[in-house]
Parts: sequence; C-alpha cells; structure tokens
Amino acid sequence: MPKNFFLKSTLVAVVIILALLYLVPTIGGGKLPAWWVNTLPSDRIRLGLDLQGGMHLILEVETQKAVAASVERSSQELQRKMRDDNIRAIHPQAGKDNTISLVLLHNNDRSKLEDLVKRDYPDYAVTSSQTLEDGKIQMVLQLTAKAAKHIAEQASTQALETIRNRVDQFGVSEPEILPQSEGRILIQLPGVKDPQRAVALIGKTAQLEFKLVDDSVNPATVTKATLPPGDEILDMYRRDHASGRVDKEPIVVHRRVAMTGATITDARVQMDSQYNQPYVSVAFDSAGARQFADITTRNVKKRLAIILDGKVQSAPVIQEPITGGEARISGDFTMEEARDLAVVLRSGALPAPVKILEERTVGPSLGQDSIDRGLLSMLVGFCLVVGFILLYYRLAGLFANLALLLNLVIITGALAAFQATLTLPGIAGIILTIGMAVDANVLIFERVREELRMGKTPFAAVEAGYGKATLTILDANITTLIAALVLFQFGTGPIRGFAVTLSIGIASSLFTAITFTRLLFDLYLHQFRPRRLLI
Amino acid sequence: MEFIKPNVNINFVGNRGKAFIISGLLILMTVVSLFIHGGPNYGIDFAGGILVQVRFTQPTDAADIKKALAPLGMDQSLVQGFGDKKNNEFLIRNERSGLKLQGLSDRVRTTLAKTYGQGKVEVRRVEMVGPKVGKDLREKALLAIFYAIVMIAVYISGRFEQKWGLAAVMAGVLVGATLLVQALLTAMGGDEGIAMVLLILTALVVTVGACWLLKLRYALGAIVALIHDVVITVGVFSLLDKEFTLATVAALLTIIGYSLNDTIIVYDRIRENLKKSGKQPLGETINASINQTLSRTILTSGTTLLVLVCLFILGGGVIEDFALALLVGVVVGTYSSIFVASPVLLLLPEGRPMVIRRSAPAKAAAVRPEPVAAQAASTQVSAGKAAGAARQKRSKKSPRKGKRR
Repeated sequence: MPKNFFLKSTLVAVVIILALLYLVPTIGGGKLPAWWVNTLPSDRIRLGLDLQGGMHLILEVETQKAVAASVERSSQELQRKMRDDNIRAIHPQAGKDNTISLVLLHNNDRSKLEDLVKRDYPDYAVTSSQTLEDGKIQMVLQLTAKAAKHIAEQASTQALETIRNRVDQFGVSEPEILPQSEGRILIQLPGVKDPQRAVALIGKTAQLEFKLVDDSVNPATVTKATLPPGDEILDMYRRDHASGRVDKEPIVVHRRVAMTGATITDARVQMDSQYNQPYVSVAFDSAGARQFADITTRNVKKRLAIILDGKVQSAPVIQEPITGGEARISGDFTMEEARDLAVVLRSGALPAPVKILEERTVGPSLGQDSIDRGLLSMLVGFCLVVGFILLYYRLAGLFANLALLLNLVIITGALAAFQATLTLPGIAGIILTIGMAVDANVLIFERVREELRMGKTPFAAVEAGYGKATLTILDANITTLIAALVLFQFGTGPIRGFAVTLSIGIASSLFTAITFTRLLFDLYLHQFRPRRLLI
Repeated sequence: MEFIKPNVNINFVGNRGKAFIISGLLILMTVVSLFIHGGPNYGIDFAGGILVQVRFTQPTDAADIKKALAPLGMDQSLVQGFGDKKNNEFLIRNERSGLKLQGLSDRVRTTLAKTYGQGKVEVRRVEMVGPKVGKDLREKALLAIFYAIVMIAVYISGRFEQKWGLAAVMAGVLVGATLLVQALLTAMGGDEGIAMVLLILTALVVTVGACWLLKLRYALGAIVALIHDVVITVGVFSLLDKEFTLATVAALLTIIGYSLNDTIIVYDRIRENLKKSGKQPLGETINASINQTLSRTILTSGTTLLVLVCLFILGGGVIEDFALALLVGVVVGTYSSIFVASPVLLLLPEGRPMVIRRSAPAKAAAVRPEPVAAQAASTQVSAGKAAGAARQKRSKKSPRKGKRR
C-alpha cells in the first residue's frame, strides 16, 4: 500500500462524511426526523438578505439633538429654581453650543446664581458674564464638553436598546441590531414583509409630551410678535375621513412641558365604541400617575395637548381629575397606525431623532430569482468545466472532476457548519472557485506530463509532479487568500459573503486538489500498475 | 489533448517592448476615458442617492415612470429597463445630491402605488445611501485596495527573496505614514475625497519606488502587474460607462488575488530555473519559464473565463457588472502575468534577481546541465524544437537521471 495510505484515506473519509452531515439539513428542508435534530447538525445554510429578501438599515442617532434637549430641560428647570431661590432674572433661554443665557436684574443675585449652578448644575460652567448698560447682568452658562459627550453616549446606548425593543415586538425572526462607530446603528431584518412599516416603526422618535393649551390666545390671529412669552404655536393635524385629506390647524400651548411619556409602563390599542375609532390607552407608573393626577386636578376644564414628535395629536378638555394613572391618546389613526404607536410608546421614546443613512431592501421574489439564476449559472459552469477537463486530461481529468465535486460539497458543508452567510456575490465566489479550483490540478497534471515526457514511469512522474507543484500551489493561493481577507475586512453584507466563500473555496480546493486526487492516483497506480498514464 | 505543445518557445521576453507599448496604450486609454467622463462613474454606493428596482403588472415606459415621480423631484432620474422586456421591470436611479433622502424610499413606494394603483407595482429592491456613507465607503474601498497591494508586496518579498524583515519594515512605515496623513487630512477637513485619491496614488508610487530601491524585484514586478490590471479594468469600466459599486471593488480585489496567482506561478518557475540555469542570461531563463507554464496559464484562465461567462450571461442583472469586471480582470491579469510581471524583472539593473537558497549549493551545481542548459548556447532565445527533441530523447534513454528535489 502507498505511504500514509490509511491515514490519508481516513482523513478524506472523515471530511466527506462531515461535509455531508452538515449539508443534509439544507438539502432535506425542514423534514428531518427528531433523532437527527437531537443528535446531528441541524442548521441550514444561512442566506443573506439579498437572497432571502429583507432589509438592511444604517441609522445615525442625532445625539446632538439629545444634548440640546437636555440643555432645554435644564433651562426650564433653572427658571423654576431661580424663582425658588429668589433670584430675579429674565427667563433663561437655551442657545447655540449647549449654552443657557439669562439676564440678571440685580448685581447681588450674581453670587447666588453661581452658588445655585455649583450646587445643582455641576455639568455647567459660567463662561461669560457682562454688565449691561442698565446695570443688568448678561450671563451665559455652558454644558461642559465632558458632560455633553456623556449625554451623547447615553443617547446612543438608549437608542440602541429602544430600537431593539421595537424590533422584537415587530416580529422578525433573527433580526440583527449592532452598534457601529460614530453612534451609528446597523439593523438587519431578514424576510421583512412590509419595509415601509418597519422604517416608520424603527425611526419614530415617539417623544410624547403633554402641554397645556393657552386658550386666552386666538390661534387664528396670533403672530410671532403677539405671542405671549412662554407660549408656542404648534400644528394640530386632522384627517378628513370623507376625502382622506389631512388638514392642519395652529394651536397655542404653553411651552413648559407639563409631563412627558417617560413614565409610561404600558400602551394598548382600544376601540372607541362611539366613533368606532381606535385609540391608544397608556398607563403610567406610580410616580407618573401622581404627576398626571396633579396636572389634571389643577387644570380642570382646561385643554391638555397631547403632542407626539412635535405634532399635536389631540387637545381634549380635562373634564375631571384623572387619578387612575391612565391616559387616552386619540387621534385620526388607522388600526395599524394605532397598533404601531402602542408599540413605540411601550418600548419608550428614542432619546433623539434618528436619521437613515443607508437603506437596502430586497423583496423576497427578487431574492428567489437571484438564487435560481445563481444556481443555474453554477450548474452550467460546473458542467462545462467538468466536460472540458475530462476531455483534456482523460483519466486524470476524472480524478480532478471528482475533486471538484467534493470541493463543492465541502464548501457548502462548511458554509452550513460555520453558519456563514451565503449571499449572491457569495454564489459568484463559489462559481469562481469552480473555475479556479481546477488550477491546482492543472498545475500538477502539467508537471506530471512534463515528467512523463522526460521518460519517468507513471509512479515517479506522479510523485515528482505532486512534489514540485505543491509549493507553487500554496504560494499562489495564499496571495488570493490575502486579497480575500482584506475583502472580508472591508466589505459589508453581500461582499463579505463573497470573501467568505472565496476563502473557504481556496482552502478546500487545496485539500481536494492535492490530498484527494493524490489518493485517487495512488489507489489507481497500485491497483492497476499501468505502464502508461492517461493524462 | 494538448493546446500548447510541450516544446513551445515563443519569444515573449524579446517582444516585451511591444507588450509595454500595448499596456501603455491601454493605460492611456484609461486616463483619457476617466478624464472625458470626469472621473469614475460612481454608483449610488459611493456617490449617495437612491436606486429602486420595480416591476409593473402592466406595460409602461420610462417617460411615464418619470412623470409619476415628478412630485418627488425625481423627474430627472435615470430610468432603465431591467432584464427581459416582457417583465416590465425597471431600474430607477437618482444620484442628485440635492435630493432629500430621508424617508425617500417610502415616498417612492407610495407615489408609485398611487399612480399605478395598489398591487400593480412591486418594489423589488431599494438601495438608498446617504452622501456621508457614500464618502466613507469610497475611502474604505480605496484603502482596501491599497492594503491588499501592500500586504501582497510583503508576502512576495518574503517568499521569493527571504526578505521578510525588510518587506515588513517597509510596509509598516508605509501604512504608518498613510494613517498619519489620513489623520492629518481628517483634522484639516476639506475635500477628503480628492485628497484620498492623491494619498493612495502617492502611497502606490512610494511602494513601487521603495521596491525599486530596496531591490525587491519580484515584489516590484508583481505590484506593477497588479496596478496595471486594476487600472486597465477600471479603464474598461469607464469606457463602457459602467458604474463603480461595492461589487466592482470586490471584483477588483479578486482580480488582484487572481492576477497574482498567475504571476506567482511563473515566478516560481523562474526561481526554480534560476537555481539550475548557470550562466544563462536572465532574459532567457524568464522566457523559458513563461513558456513552460504557458499551457497551465492558458488552461486555468480558460476554465475561469468559462465559468465567468456563464455567470455573466445567466447570473441576472444584479450580478452582471460584477461578472463583467471579473471577466475583464482575468483576461488582463493573464496577459499581464505573461507580458508585464516577468519582463519587469529585467528592468532593474544588476542583471538578475538574487536567489538566496537554503539548500546546499553543491546539489544545485550537480543538476545544472538539465534542459534549459541546452538553450544557453543560443544567443537569441530560440532553442526551438531541436533542443526539445534532444531533451526528450536523452531522457528516454536514462529516465533515472531525472533530478529530484
């Protein structure tokens, strides 16, 4: 028997069996017997988004806006605290670059303010103060860079968490949500049916605010100039049910946020039996419930605007104090919109708006098309190469073809085993591997032919051919492997899939072309002891 | 079966002047084409923008689709039929920078559904890339190509000239300098896109220069061939007005790997022949090596092209350009490993590449008078059939004499 024959044939047999075992789930579909699933590999080859359809999103959390919102909140809070501390000032205003500016009426309030800032706002520093002509003092506070960075980071983390919650409730199997550099978030939703809805659901900030309506002002005639200080004009949207047209009308509210949606613990869709309209009922936690009860008690008969992402949903009149810790958000929702609103309210608001930087969606039918076409080109390419090699190298060609077939089995088996993702460029990678994998055998066979021409016996020629070609083959393939690795590092999604199949293909073609065909040669030579080699 | 006769002897090296002229013309074509087209035709991956693939249930045409999209400010979009005409499938592409991308894919879906009726349109694919991401991807792509070339230079210098340390130091300095300049550029702001291209170009020129100065001949040859292949493939794409996408870059990186594969196999033969060629001029050794590997080169390129043609024809529109880039690259890569990579070895002064061998020199001397030695006598590289026949005859008489390593 040839040298190391037993060892080599065992190795080849083990590889073949392993590859086939991992392939069975993919080929057999979902109909595997229970004992198989329990004891043997049951993972199928994972298909990329471009093959099974789905959605790929890259979002950017506009963390700067989260920081700005925090400064805005601080400025409103500061106003209250200054009132408590008897500091008399023209009300503070959040400005550019995370600053709060205010004007003190008396010089002696200055040290009091500085104390207040030091005590309650350690994240702020007084950056400038100048005495105005009339003796008032203009002061500017600024959020420190460190604090701003911290808020931004917090916003990113929280956004990631919130989006994860929402996607979980959206019901996609195996979603992938990963943080990226620069506060970006990568989201992959395989097989998502309604991409439009997914985007709306994920991208909605869902910042819920309650503000009191200022009914002393006529919204129809008010202008920026006549607007009382501390008020703002918002738009209320109404859909006309007959025409489907959406109208907006202005409404004047107090700028101070009476309450936010931060304390919401639950949100459910309910039907209004009177108007046959869905609405969302939200429940607050105990602190939130107390706060809500307090507001509604103090403002009975006034109107409370319910504002979602800056748009007034409705502004009902508070008929009586609401102490049950539940609020009702009605608006012109369709059933689906109401359901999605409930989802986003339940999962919490995004700390800052998100921007879609990249979206790639592939419909399932296109994915199937790609699979079919990919497989067809693979089949045709394979047959052509196999036919050609058989014609050119005859018996040795048969060995090379068997190696090629084994190569395909190993590549697909490895894909299933490593749970690597197969993409359309990945299929192209396999097809390319078919063309290139024979290279190793061509190299060997050409060497063997050379040796035969020099008059060597088949035994010696095969021995020398393999011996000389192996190092060359390794050298040549390692460079392709380097390129594939760089590709893997650089690429995302589909391209990465290409790099993966190319790398696996190179590795497995080395094995099949060198070890496997050598084994076949050894067997053949020892069994038949031919005087001429058909090569 | 044989396409290339074993005793073939084509004078590749002697005709290298012509080959260099052809290569020069092709590269000139690339530059001119890029110049005329105003740089590469970036697809939305790199330029930012939106691409929508839609299928309609009823026949429609590009003008109608554009009209339907007018409310979105997309009436300037490029609308092309996609695949078979009877499928009523279209690609809508818009790379206008002024377009408000936020939620655009949604608006396209709703607008089309409104015009053609619910259920009459199927949006099969949407790709929307923001300008910022596009710029990032462009930089990443250039860097990837650059790093691939540098790493390969290190590997070749190490494997073929045993200069691992030297090559690694060179690569380290180069990568370090690139990172530094990159950091500086980011700090300065400004148009990073153009600066990046310049940076990569400089880095490549420096790499080639460094290989030249350090006499890393094989690395020099391989890198020149790689740049040659990538540039010409880019040129063909530019000439055909094809778009550069992520897939194109993947194809370029694959071409780098493939072309090198070819080059290395010839180099390997050159190295092997050098050990036994004695005083034979380097040009002849190189030419003999190219001829000896010619059969393999043609065969492998042949099978690779065979499958790529299948992929190109049958693979469908999504993968078409990718397959085309690979097709062009494999053809150019095969050409360059014969006509560019090896003759470049002759460009460096001091005659011949050094071979530092680990094995005992005595052994090499013993096997010296083998086949190629027969050609050493002839001044021009034209040992021809006579030498080949003589070699065969002699070998037949004493088969045991064949050398072993």
